[in-house]
Amino acid sequence: MRYILCIFVLTALLGCASGTQSPNLYQRLGGEPGVDAIVYHLIVNISQDERVIERFRGVDIERFRTGLVQYICSVSSDECQYQGDSMQVVHAGHDYTDTEFNAIVENLMKAMESQKVPTRVQNELLSILAKDYDSIVYR
Amino acid sequence: MKLWAATLALTLMALPSLAEENRSRIIATGGASTVEGSAGGGIVPMAVLSGYGAREEQGGAVFVSRVRVPDYDLTSFGGSWSWRNRVELSFADQRLNHPTLSAALGVSDQTIRQSVVGLKVRVLGDILYTPYPQLSAGLQYKDNHDFFIPAAAGAKRDSDVDAYLAASKVYLGGFFGYNVLLNGVARYTRANQTGLVGFGGDLNDDHQWQAELSAGVFYNKHWLVGAEYRENPDNLSFAGEDDWQTAFVAWFPNKHIALVAAYVDLGEVATLPDQDGWYLSVQGSF
Ligand code: HEM
Repeated sequence: MRYILCIFVLTALLGCASGTQSPNLYQRLGGEPGVDAIVYHLIVNISQDERVIERFRGVDIERFRTGLVQYICSVSSDECQYQGDSMQVVHAGHDYTDTEFNAIVENLMKAMESQKVPTRVQNELLSILAKDYDSIVYR
Repeated sequence: MKLWAATLALTLMALPSLAEENRSRIIATGGASTVEGSAGGGIVPMAVLSGYGAREEQGGAVFVSRVRVPDYDLTSFGGSWSWRNRVELSFADQRLNHPTLSAALGVSDQTIRQSVVGLKVRVLGDILYTPYPQLSAGLQYKDNHDFFIPAAAGAKRDSDVDAYLAASKVYLGGFFGYNVLLNGVARYTRANQTGLVGFGGDLNDDHQWQAELSAGVFYNKHWLVGAEYRENPDNLSFAGEDDWQTAFVAWFPNKHIALVAAYVDLGEVATLPDQDGWYLSVQGSF
């Protein structure tokens, strides 16, 4: 009996290992609808955040939205190509501060939480975007 | 106990008014307050500065902590202020109760008081955002106000300065997807039991480099579980001095409050063995 149980469990485990491919970060963020919703809530949060709202005055928000959605997709999967300029080029000349960078990250965390993105998935996206700190801040 | 209550009341009163201004660093990146007042864990400082002020802001913290082991009872309270995530000034007032030791030595004094004034400067890096760790350098000036027992134990002086370098980094998703904190400190010191038993001694009267480490895993942004290790010099022939260890749980419900509970193992302290017990700390950030 125990022998049969073992075989059963082993087969089930192997089935798991071979049958399902682990989803990439983009998929774990909820794919296209998920990332759309995260970016939408990020923009809502930014619009209510006095620390950064002035920075977005006069910005074409629809363009910012599609650019950001595409950027997140491109860094979390190989399903899209980000068409915009590099983070350094986009943000250079504005002297964005450490305070503002933290504010954007906080708003992004809040947006992901509102979408019930699991902690570990949040961490993975943040670890990728954190690398952009030096190309965005004080330039 | 009165001090406890007073500090706590002050903290709670200060919070609403001071919370008006923005403090932009991410939750938990201000750390807790060590028993010596500098931002860090419980017994090991970190490179992070207290409070949540980013580089265009300021911030700080106030705290009350208590260590209870079989023969000693330490209460520490104090505060710190950090400017532009660059400089941290801190203060701690420590009261050590040592009834067993007093009885053994036949002295009536039951407490030793020490104050610690700290300065910490962030040299480079950011705990979250730079690929290399945040690096800070610090000084702690310690003044032992009840030198009678330390002197009897062979300590050479009642005040001194510790210098340290701290490197801290949170690896986002670094531990099976969870954020992991690693922190290392090199401290140049000749303090006995962090200065509570004075500074220097008959075996050694020079500053030495000592290692301190802490590590933890964030279950989420509110909960950190980890451990600390602090190496101590061995300057006195009167009593061997063990290294200290803690295992802790820290809770950051929001950017204004932090609670830390820990199991502590101080080893042998001034001839009394097996000093392990608990640690509790409450911090308010502003
Ligand atoms: C994790 C940090 C950040 C990331 C990943 C990020 C990413 C991006 C992306 C992908 C775009 C769209 C570029 C395009 O295709 O047109 C963009 C635009 C923009 N970002 Fe950021 N950004 C970050 C931080 C910041 C900060 C701290 C600020 C300052 C408050 C800021 C202000 C802006 C503005 C104003 C635009 C619009 C530029 C324009 O269209 O004229 N960003 N950002």
